[in-house]
Amino acid sequence: MLCQECGKKQATLHFTKILNGEKTEFHICETCAREKGELIPGTPNGFSIHNLLSGLLDFEPSAHSTVANKAQPSRCEHCGLTYGQFSKVGRFGCSECYKYFGDKLDPLFKRVHGNTVHIGKVPKRSGGLIKYKREIDQLKKDMLIRIENEEFEQAAQIRDQIRELEKKVAEG
Amino acid sequence: MTEASRFTQHALSEWMKGEGPDSDIVISSRIRLARNIREYPFPMLATNGQSKEVAELAAKVLESEELGTISRFTLLPLADLDELQRRVLVEKHLISPALANESRNGAVILSDNESISIMVNEEDHLRIQCLCPGFQIKEAWDLAGQIDDVFETQLEYAFDEKRGYMTSCPTNVGTGIRASVMIHLPALVLTQQINRILSAITQVGLAVRGLYGEGSEALGNLFQISNQITLGQSEEEIIDNLYSVVRQIIEHERAARQRLIHETRPKILDRVSRSYGILSYAAIMDSKEAAQRLSDVRLGIDLGFIKNVSPHVLNELLVMTQPGFLQQTAGEKLTPEERDIRRAQLIREKISAAG
Repeated sequence: MLCQECGKKQATLHFTKILNGEKTEFHICETCAREKGELIPGTPNGFSIHNLLSGLLDFEPSAHSTVANKAQPSRCEHCGLTYGQFSKVGRFGCSECYKYFGDKLDPLFKRVHGNTVHIGKVPKRSGGLIKYKREIDQLKKDMLIRIENEEFEQAAQIRDQIRELEKKVAEG
Repeated sequence: MTEASRFTQHALSEWMKGEGPDSDIVISSRIRLARNIREYPFPMLATNGQSKEVAELAAKVLESEELGTISRFTLLPLADLDELQRRVLVEKHLISPALANESRNGAVILSDNESISIMVNEEDHLRIQCLCPGFQIKEAWDLAGQIDDVFETQLEYAFDEKRGYMTSCPTNVGTGIRASVMIHLPALVLTQQINRILSAITQVGLAVRGLYGEGSEALGNLFQISNQITLGQSEEEIIDNLYSVVRQIIEHERAARQRLIHETRPKILDRVSRSYGILSYAAIMDSKEAAQRLSDVRLGIDLGFIKNVSPHVLNELLVMTQPGFLQQTAGEKLTPEERDIRRAQLIREKISAAG
């Protein structure tokens, strides 16, 4: 295939751009890619992280997780993106995709981040309850340590703190 | 002067004029937060109407008093910027190439000193970016956190207890944070220790890139080091990790510079002086050579060999010699050959004015 920019050299770089579900393909040679890259910094190789990601996404789920995966719908009902499309583009369509693709995402997150669960900042506005829950988890751990060390008085104090917080969570 | 040209006519952002800690090695520190607004599809799938609404919501936050206490901001819709202005903003690291190329209801919100840049409708609805001179990654995080808090009180973010901040790309999910430092490592390159160090960096969950981010070459011994992992670590852990690794790299670079001075002083003096001479007199200069020569001169300044050039001039030249900026200064489209001539001329002028 010839380069669509100069029409002379063999195209060695192939891009697929998907915008609003519309697929556009580019085939260009390295010289034209360089020339373009010099004009627009950051795009010389065109190999974005998404190209790499789609490689990661496009794998068969391992045998032991197929049961869980079968129960998951493969299309996001909010934005309409299918899991197949997601694995090609390497991007979610909306925040609801996370819900619809559910646990299917765990292996991917594990491979990219080594983790599947967020432990960082929580927005204050939606995060009051989450904060309490995290605090409760931490207090429970502390309480167990106190009990192990036979520091029962302190453990009882922590237990009361936990009860207080649990009340707040129950009240919403 | 138009609103946009206030930001595109000069190469050196106000924040770059500040002297940051370790600025002999670290050029700048940057935090970027990816955020999305609940209910709206991400920009890739949003309809024109939806992305317009997102832009309007972001613009509304600008009116908030709290944001006003941080800085004065200007909103620039991408549609109001011509191709060259967009390119200049990319070269100044104020917007990403992705925003410059696909501007469907895209916009950028810039603080007066250009240290804060909030991209709207890029890959995510919001990309909050804060830049600080020198090695000030924690300070940049403080600032980004403040901006984030203001936006969060005005907009409902897409956030999930398990996954954290939900982003368009799986590589940003969780904290949505990308912390990075731009670092100048000429001595580690000269003493051929760089590959060993860079491969060690990637083993501790950090990424190394060239000057203009993803997919770009490391020109002029400038490297961008950033976190890879955004899920399962807190922002503080991510920043502490980057901080301590960069701290070590700084010490390695300093040690390598000392060794260069002690063991090969005439050789390094020759190299630095030749580059200074070439920058002062050359008539044609491609971007690769310019980056390398400017790196040598920067090293010469840091080692005390060159005393009459300020590092600010070098930072300015780093941006001014980029294709977009050269063409803007020329006021016309230039071929690569014409750019090489202009680049050489500009460097000669700036270096001799400084000398």
